[in-house]
Amino acid sequence: MKPRFFRSIAAQIALLPAWLIVIFAYLGTIAWTIRISFTSTKVFPTYDFVGLKQYERLFATERWIISGQNLFIFGACFIIGCLIFGFLLAVFIDQKIRAESVFRTIFLYPYAMSFIVTGLVWQWTLNPTLGVQQTVRNWGWQDFTFDWLVRGDRAIYVIAIAGIWQASGLVMAILLAGLRGVDQELWKAAKVDGIPTWRVYLHIIVPMLSPMFVTATVLLATAVVKVYDLVIALTGGGPGISTEVPAKFVIDYLFNRQNVGLATAASTVMFITVLVVLAPWLYSQYFRGQRGRGA
Amino acid sequence: MSTTTMEPQGPRPTRLTPARIGVYAFLVVSAAFFLLPLYVMLITSIKPMAEIRLGNLFSFPLAPTIEPWIKAWTYACTGVNCDGIKVGFLNSFRILVPSVIVSIALGATIGYALSFWRPRGANFLFAVLLLGAFIPYQVFLYPLVRMLSTVGLYNSLPGIVVVHTIFGLPLMTLLFRNFYAGIPIDLFKAARVDGGGFWAIFFRLMLPLSTPIIIVAVILQVTGIWNDFLFGLIFAGRENFPMTVELNNVVNTTTGEREYNVNMAATILTALVPLIVYFVSGRWFVRGIAAGAVKG
Repeated sequence: MKPRFFRSIAAQIALLPAWLIVIFAYLGTIAWTIRISFTSTKVFPTYDFVGLKQYERLFATERWIISGQNLFIFGACFIIGCLIFGFLLAVFIDQKIRAESVFRTIFLYPYAMSFIVTGLVWQWTLNPTLGVQQTVRNWGWQDFTFDWLVRGDRAIYVIAIAGIWQASGLVMAILLAGLRGVDQELWKAAKVDGIPTWRVYLHIIVPMLSPMFVTATVLLATAVVKVYDLVIALTGGGPGISTEVPAKFVIDYLFNRQNVGLATAASTVMFITVLVVLAPWLYSQYFRGQRGRGA
Repeated sequence: MSTTTMEPQGPRPTRLTPARIGVYAFLVVSAAFFLLPLYVMLITSIKPMAEIRLGNLFSFPLAPTIEPWIKAWTYACTGVNCDGIKVGFLNSFRILVPSVIVSIALGATIGYALSFWRPRGANFLFAVLLLGAFIPYQVFLYPLVRMLSTVGLYNSLPGIVVVHTIFGLPLMTLLFRNFYAGIPIDLFKAARVDGGGFWAIFFRLMLPLSTPIIIVAVILQVTGIWNDFLFGLIFAGRENFPMTVELNNVVNTTTGEREYNVNMAATILTALVPLIVYFVSGRWFVRGIAAGAVKG
């Protein structure tokens, strides 16, 4: 037997592109971004050192604060909305219904589409002049008002609604797989004991499905941090700056407002936040050996 | 995951109790909520503007027309160009095909190497790749733009393909690594004893076994890359803007009145490819979600 090093030399060569990508495109870019965030770079990189000045400016920028708040509001509504609605869909679909696959297909199809498409559809449907509001008024309810899309204090909820429309099917698909894995004996036992169905779901099934809830939450949370296209298509960040989000903040300052130093500081904050939230989960999911593996 | 567990178990109830009616009522109302935007999109796209101005979102068109579709496809304006959404459609295909092929080929090789050969540093490599799947793209963008312009790939077709490959790699690697983890190691060992090398085992043994996971990977990548907006906007360059970017430009190009019917026709056209993939692939799509989400 040849030594291990020689045996795997072909494997190392095969992994070369992966190493290049990891070293340059991932680690290298992250390091570079963090480095630039400590400089006064406007358009082209200047490698001076201004300490935390960009970060101080960042947190003194109203638009960034609003972006952060919006991310929180959107994230909370979107994740909770998707989990509850997706869970209900999965439970109702699991009631041995007719035409199950038709319902499943309908609930999941928005997930196949682009956020741009979702955003534009909802923008059209909910625009106050010709959309749902006007339609209902034409039906006779003259006082009907649903103008959240153009209201600074409500538009972010419209984005959450569009997001829930798009992603609830995903939660349904994940949880349905979990529900189908539940032992039928459990239902028989619950029936014998006379426990109402809703209590079985709430107190037994939900805890049993917790690994799947976690998976769904992680997927949704990743989408929350990345949310950009949906905002662009639905509101463009408006009215005013009322629906700005961090991802859009960074892109705008990188490519339109030519303030790379500030933009990289913002993306570094995003990066660290994600890392802090994610690291424990990733570790437990993939590197804690066999017995810790969920799902 | 096995597909058998997806089937409902036990006999189908036959009596129609109030509870059953409630179940169906909830499902039908939910289905209406999901279908309504699609319905609005479709009927808006075949209405003349005169009817749209009346503001009856849900009513059937009195004088249906396919003119908005023709305009959206052939001569709707995006900025200064008035060549319609077909330009974006072709661009999306030119981006899609090489990106899907390269990212899957790379993901399969890396997943195979990580699963069976476990070379030095494999765990570290996988950890970073995995992390890359969750990190907001904003962290990578600026240096990546710099790097690509240094090698002359910024704003070019090869450039956007490279970017899609880079950011598709975590999911593809994860997918194939987990798939190969489910293949008995003894099979691999037997091939080694027979003198199979790295590539021989990959091409002659593993790849033929990989058809299911390749299908899943193709579905994930085709929908993912087609639906991409951010990378296309930043890396593809004006000449190669994908359909999603062109669509957004069509909708936001306001010269005079906004033509909602044309916008909606363009929107449907953009959604068409992933929707076809979704409806044709059926349960494979769900498998893709599960494989990407849990651990394969």
